[in-house]
Amino acid sequence: MTDPIIKFDKVVKRFGDLTVLDELDFEVQKGEKVSIIGPSGSGKSTVLRILMTLEQIDGGIVTVGGEPLWHESGPNGLQPASEAHLRKMRAQLGMVFQQFNLFPHMSVLRNITEAPVRVLGLSKVEARERGEELLELVGLADQADKYPHQLSGGQQQRVGIARALAMRPSILLFDEPTSALDPELVGEVLTVIGRLAEEHDLTMLLVTHEMRFAREISDRVCFFDKGQIREEGTPEALFTDPNEERTREFLKAVLD
Amino acid sequence: MLFGFEWDLSNPLAFAISILPILLIGMWVTIQATVVGFFVALVLGLIFAILKSAPSRFIAWPARLVTEFIRDTPLLVQLFFLYYVLPEYGIVLPAFMTGALALGLQYSAYTSEVYRAGIEAVGRDQHEAARALNLPSARTFTHIVVPQAIPRIVPAMGNYLVSIMKDVPVLSVVTVLEMLNVAKIIGDRTFNYLIPLSMVGGLYLIMTLVASAGVRLLDRYLPKQGLPLK
Repeated sequence: MTDPIIKFDKVVKRFGDLTVLDELDFEVQKGEKVSIIGPSGSGKSTVLRILMTLEQIDGGIVTVGGEPLWHESGPNGLQPASEAHLRKMRAQLGMVFQQFNLFPHMSVLRNITEAPVRVLGLSKVEARERGEELLELVGLADQADKYPHQLSGGQQQRVGIARALAMRPSILLFDEPTSALDPELVGEVLTVIGRLAEEHDLTMLLVTHEMRFAREISDRVCFFDKGQIREEGTPEALFTDPNEERTREFLKAVLD
Repeated sequence: MLFGFEWDLSNPLAFAISILPILLIGMWVTIQATVVGFFVALVLGLIFAILKSAPSRFIAWPARLVTEFIRDTPLLVQLFFLYYVLPEYGIVLPAFMTGALALGLQYSAYTSEVYRAGIEAVGRDQHEAARALNLPSARTFTHIVVPQAIPRIVPAMGNYLVSIMKDVPVLSVVTVLEMLNVAKIIGDRTFNYLIPLSMVGGLYLIMTLVASAGVRLLDRYLPKQGLPLK
C-alpha cells in the first residue's frame, strides 16, 4: 500500500467541554471512495470540516498528500500553519455542503467560475467554457444564467458539486449532501455523485445517511461513534456482518 | 425682500405665493446639505464599520470609542466645535460645508452600526463556501459579503436619510440659509411667522414623503438575495 493521501494521527477536536474527536486515527488512500456513517454528534462532519480547514484541531496531526495540514515546519519543528500554508493545502480539496452554500446573488455559472478566475487565474473565457462543461456533467447545461433561488434543492446541490469540481481538487468532501433535500430530489444528486465516483480517480469522502448509496459506491465504510472509528470495512462486510454490537444497533435503527 | 424677491403683504394667499420662491431657495440648500451630509455619513460610516471590526484591538477599540463619543454628544455641540474651533487651527470652511460635515460625522456613528449589522447578517455558510474555494478575504468581502449586505441595509439607511434631512435646520445656528432660517428671516421682517413656518412644515412633509417613497422603491427593486453578479 502506498502512502495515504489523508491521514489523521491521534487527532483531538473539542468544542468547549465536548470532545468531538478523541485521538482519531484515520487514513484514506489516493482514489479511494470512503463513506462515513454514524449517529449525529459522532464527529463525522467535523472530520470533513477539519480537512477543509474550516475547523482547527486541538491535538494530533492531519496530513494531506504527505504534508501536515494544520502545521508547517519552522525553525523549532512543527508550528501552527500560516494562512499561506492553508491556502496552498486547501487547493487540493473541495467541499460539497449540506446546505449547498451557493452564493445567492451570483448566477449559476458565476458561482462556478468566480473562484477559478480569481484563485486559479483562468481567463473568463476559459472558466466559462469549463463551467459549461461541468454544468453539462451535472445535467444543468440549460440553467447557467439562472440564480440559485430559481432552482430546486437538487439542482442547487448539483451546482454545488460543479462549483467544487471547478477548482480541480484531488480530494472531494461531501458533507451530508442530500440531507437538506426533499426525498424525491435525493436521487438526482446521488446519481451525479455515483457517476463521479465511477468515472473519476478523485478521492472521495462522503458523510451520509443514505446507507444503500454508501454501500453501492464506497470502497470502504467507516462507522463513527463518540469521536472515534468504531468499525470499518468493505461495504459488504460492514453492512451484512458487522463485528461490533454498536454498529449493529445503529444499522438496525437506520435501515428499519 | 430676500434673494431679490419682494413679498406681497396684501392678503395671506398673495403673501404665501410671493414667499414660495424664497423658501424654495432655502429648500434647495436643505436638500444639498442633506445629500452632502448623507454622503459623508455613508463613506465615514463604512470606514468606521471596517475599523470597528478590525482584528486588531488597537484599531477596533479606538474606533469604537470615537463612534460612541460622537453618538453620545449632541449634534449642536459638534457643530459649534467644528465651526468655532477648527478656524483656530487654520481650517476655515464655509458654514455650509462645516454644517454638512457635522451632520455627516454625527450620522456616521449610526450608519457604521447599520453596516456592521448588514455585514454580520451575511451567514457563516457564505464565508465557509468562500474559504473552501480559497477566495482571498478581500475578494470575499467585496464580492460575496457586500453585494448581499446592501439590500439589507437600504431600509435603515433610508431612515437615516430622512433623519438627516430633519436635522438640517440645526445648521441655521451657524448662519446657513436653509429653509427654516429663511422662513425665520421672512417672519422677522414681516412680523408674520405663521405663514412661512407653516409652509416650511408643509414643504418638509413633501420632502420626507418623497425621500421615503424613493427608499421604499429602491428597497422593492433590489433583489433580496443581493446585488446580482452575472
